[in-house]
Amino acid sequence: MIPFPDISWIALVPLLLVSGCGILMLGAGLFVDDDEVLGWGAITGLVVTLITTATLIGQRISTFNHTFALDGYAIFFDLLILGVGVLVVLMSMNYLEDTDIGAGEYYALVLFALAGMMVMASATDLIVIFLGLEIMSISIYVLAGAWRTQLRANEASMKYFLLGAFATGFLLYGIALVYGATGTTRLDLIAAKVAAPLDRALLLAGVAMLLVAFGFKVAAVPFHMWTPDVYEGAPTSVTALMAVAVKSAAFAAFARVFLHALAGLQADWSVLLWVLAVVTMTTGNVLALAQHNIKRMLAYSSIAHAGYILVALTAGGAAGGAAALFYLLAYAFMNLGAFGVVIALGRRGEPHEEIDDYAGLGFRAPLLGVAMAVFMLSLTGIPPLAGFAGKFYVFTAALREGYVALAVIGVLNSVVSAGYYVRVLVMMFMTPGTLEAARPGSRPYLFTSIVVSAVATVVVGVFPALWLTLARLSFLSLL
Amino acid sequence: MTGNVLLSLVVWTPLVGACLLLLVPRDQPEGARRTALAFSLVPFVLSLALWAGFRTESGDFQFVEQQRWIPEFGIQYLLGIDGMSLFLVLLTTFLTPLVVLFSFGDITTRVKEYFFFLLMLETGMIGAFVALDLFLFYVFWELMLVPMTFIIGVWGGARRIYASLKFLFYTLTASLLMLVAILYLVGIHARTAPVTFDVRQLYDAALTPNEQMWLFAAFALAFAVKVPMFPLHTWLPDAHVEAPTGGSVILAGVLLKLGTYGFLRFAMPLFPEATVAATPLILALAVVGILYGAAVAMVQPDLKKLVAYSSVSHLGFVMLGLFAVNVTGIEGAIYQMLNHGLSTGALFLLVGVIYERRHTRAIADFGGLWRPLPRYAAVFLVVMLSSIGLPGLNGFVGEFLILLGAFGANRPAAACASAGLVLGAVYMLWMFQRVVFGPLRHEENAGLPDLSRREIAVLVPVVAMIVVMGVYPRPFLRTMEPSVKALVARMEAHRSVQAHRGVQDSALARAAGGGPVVETAVRE
Repeated sequence: MIPFPDISWIALVPLLLVSGCGILMLGAGLFVDDDEVLGWGAITGLVVTLITTATLIGQRISTFNHTFALDGYAIFFDLLILGVGVLVVLMSMNYLEDTDIGAGEYYALVLFALAGMMVMASATDLIVIFLGLEIMSISIYVLAGAWRTQLRANEASMKYFLLGAFATGFLLYGIALVYGATGTTRLDLIAAKVAAPLDRALLLAGVAMLLVAFGFKVAAVPFHMWTPDVYEGAPTSVTALMAVAVKSAAFAAFARVFLHALAGLQADWSVLLWVLAVVTMTTGNVLALAQHNIKRMLAYSSIAHAGYILVALTAGGAAGGAAALFYLLAYAFMNLGAFGVVIALGRRGEPHEEIDDYAGLGFRAPLLGVAMAVFMLSLTGIPPLAGFAGKFYVFTAALREGYVALAVIGVLNSVVSAGYYVRVLVMMFMTPGTLEAARPGSRPYLFTSIVVSAVATVVVGVFPALWLTLARLSFLSLL
Repeated sequence: MTGNVLLSLVVWTPLVGACLLLLVPRDQPEGARRTALAFSLVPFVLSLALWAGFRTESGDFQFVEQQRWIPEFGIQYLLGIDGMSLFLVLLTTFLTPLVVLFSFGDITTRVKEYFFFLLMLETGMIGAFVALDLFLFYVFWELMLVPMTFIIGVWGGARRIYASLKFLFYTLTASLLMLVAILYLVGIHARTAPVTFDVRQLYDAALTPNEQMWLFAAFALAFAVKVPMFPLHTWLPDAHVEAPTGGSVILAGVLLKLGTYGFLRFAMPLFPEATVAATPLILALAVVGILYGAAVAMVQPDLKKLVAYSSVSHLGFVMLGLFAVNVTGIEGAIYQMLNHGLSTGALFLLVGVIYERRHTRAIADFGGLWRPLPRYAAVFLVVMLSSIGLPGLNGFVGEFLILLGAFGANRPAAACASAGLVLGAVYMLWMFQRVVFGPLRHEENAGLPDLSRREIAVLVPVVAMIVVMGVYPRPFLRTMEPSVKALVARMEAHRSVQAHRGVQDSALARAAGGGPVVETAVRE
């Protein structure tokens, strides 16, 4: 008889709570007609999980035969992903009214996607990373097309699925090659083996495959082709989830594999990442300049931000890892908020997603105006907002490792990015227009999440010390 | 040393006021105006207290406040003033309430938002003058960028968006490169000492000549754009012409000084050898700026553009004084920064006065204004004479000291710059003649009302300061002298250490040998 493995159930608590809540939502969706009640159900589940996960801070548990860990790193990402989940559900509660999306399955899928992301953050084995990635991706494929009557949502879903399947193939192939070269899929054992692998060429080929797969999920150039179409076509709340949470989870797995398991190969992959970072930042920023649709613009902007995080990964080490974690935290709020404003401007049948639609909005809808100004300036990297603190840590980490050229290219990219972020502000504050935005009172949940994001963007930027320490300790507790 | 919060109060009161302004109902512009005026007067009074409590004999930083902010990187909330920054803070707090008061008249739409940005800008400017932590300085430096961009872009003239974006991108590009240089500098310093952004400790960072050169270049670029030095000045005429009067006054009066202050506080003492090496280039650009700015100002048909180009010329003088790197020259340069803030600020106000009445700024649309506007003409005359450096008014003191210092350092540069003085007199007097003297050429100017009481209240303090600083410069010079001496001494000490070490870089060695080490003995 095979002995039952020694499982630490505590490590699974957050995951079980979220998936359990997802299953409940799936059932409740059949019987509850009130979308708002369902939304509150999802939020309750997420908040309970969030609080429970917070009580687990300090745990360092490795379980399932060292393939799944609840370390500080995983908890950091769990909290981040759950927090993003709460804000996305809040936005969705008002957004779904304007769409034909069934609330029950929507919230269930969001929760399943979050569960997949949490698996990715906790995975310490390539196969478990694959499992998490698939749980997340399949939920997102469906969510992208959840608005069934919208042609462009169908297209987005299909495109994301086809290209995603391709990326999955790369991931599996990479896992297979790494397994062939090291004889294991466990990250800690790989870390011990990379110095003297069975077959170095095989290992490097496998690493390159993994890079492609992760590059696809974080939307790094040249694996970004799907991003603008999918971000534009998917329901905006799902786009927000993809741009923030999916990217965070993908980076969680990315950083764990490269900065931990493959740290011994840094000399080999840092060159690749350097090029990837430069190309990603530059392409994202330059193409964003040419966009007229704000969702496409934000899609290219999210590509560019993936580039900044790649700068941190290129630097590597504890400094680079902590910078990446902090950047993801800062990026989460400012980007979510921006998508919140995009939702706030749309109405049923009138999405108002052209940047020209924003003309004059800043003074007519002051709350949205101020919030959008905070988000856009933070994304540009203007102090004292969160985006600046993030860039500061990223470039400090890069300079510490001697990547002066990378840092210079990075800041010049920030200048380019100001071109399109500031254009939104020019539209909102300096150009006359007529479009009326929804009043805060009519969409309370949405406005709550926008205000929370804006406040968080300012707070993280002005008092970054606490968050940075958190990011550093989380990274150092990596199992 | 956290007991004294006076400096913090000066820095943050405007921002508090700005936030309170947002609570004022939109249909009460009068309330917004009064709130803004109150919250701009408080920092002025507080900064007078700073001056009163300032120990004149000391060249050290005073009113120092030190708090940990981001300990991981040794970043602190570190404020302090010395004789060099004290007066720039005073200039800022002096000009802002005047601008607020002036803007009562010409800002009629989105009133509270305008004052919100103006007060936020004030916090940014004062903060940049008093921050002694490079990170904090950078935060304030960039914090200024946003409100100024909005002030130009929302309340400006026809090409306001172009002008505001040009301003934004020039400044942003250069300052982001400075950010990299800051991080790099801190990284080098952290190799041998605990990591810190405290500029007082970074002064002692051991840098190779090559590192100094690159870092100085990055800092100098950021500051040169702000000054603005020829050939990076092209954003300035656009920004000035399109900005509302208040924006122009603050831009010319204070913002440009941040560039020269940046050289003084950061670029020069942090990289003394590179400063020496770059001196010939900077002096050359300063002289070109003086002559070019004056020549272009001469042919401008638009009053505001004329004043804008005159700024390029005047700031060239300031740079000339700074890079004389002797006590006389630097004192003159600081004095001239204050003079320029007052006289050019006042010139923009005066242009604003007639623009409000006639909605044109073309010189050709005026002439003979002394008849309908006698009080206006009188104020204009004093300000104009101050700008061209008439003895007895403030401009003379600054320019005299600068040229004195420059003659000790680099005779050809000083000689060429003196020619700029002549040109300055030419364009100003000619402009004055065409606008104020002569017959009344345009009927519509005949009925123009003279200065209102509010406008008098704005202009009289400036004129008073112009006269006071012209006839009695001693309290100002005496207060800044210990700090300036400390700066010059620090730069020379650095250089002699470097000379002992034996400089490898031959270009640097040559510059240090024949450079402007001369200390002028011509002092009171």
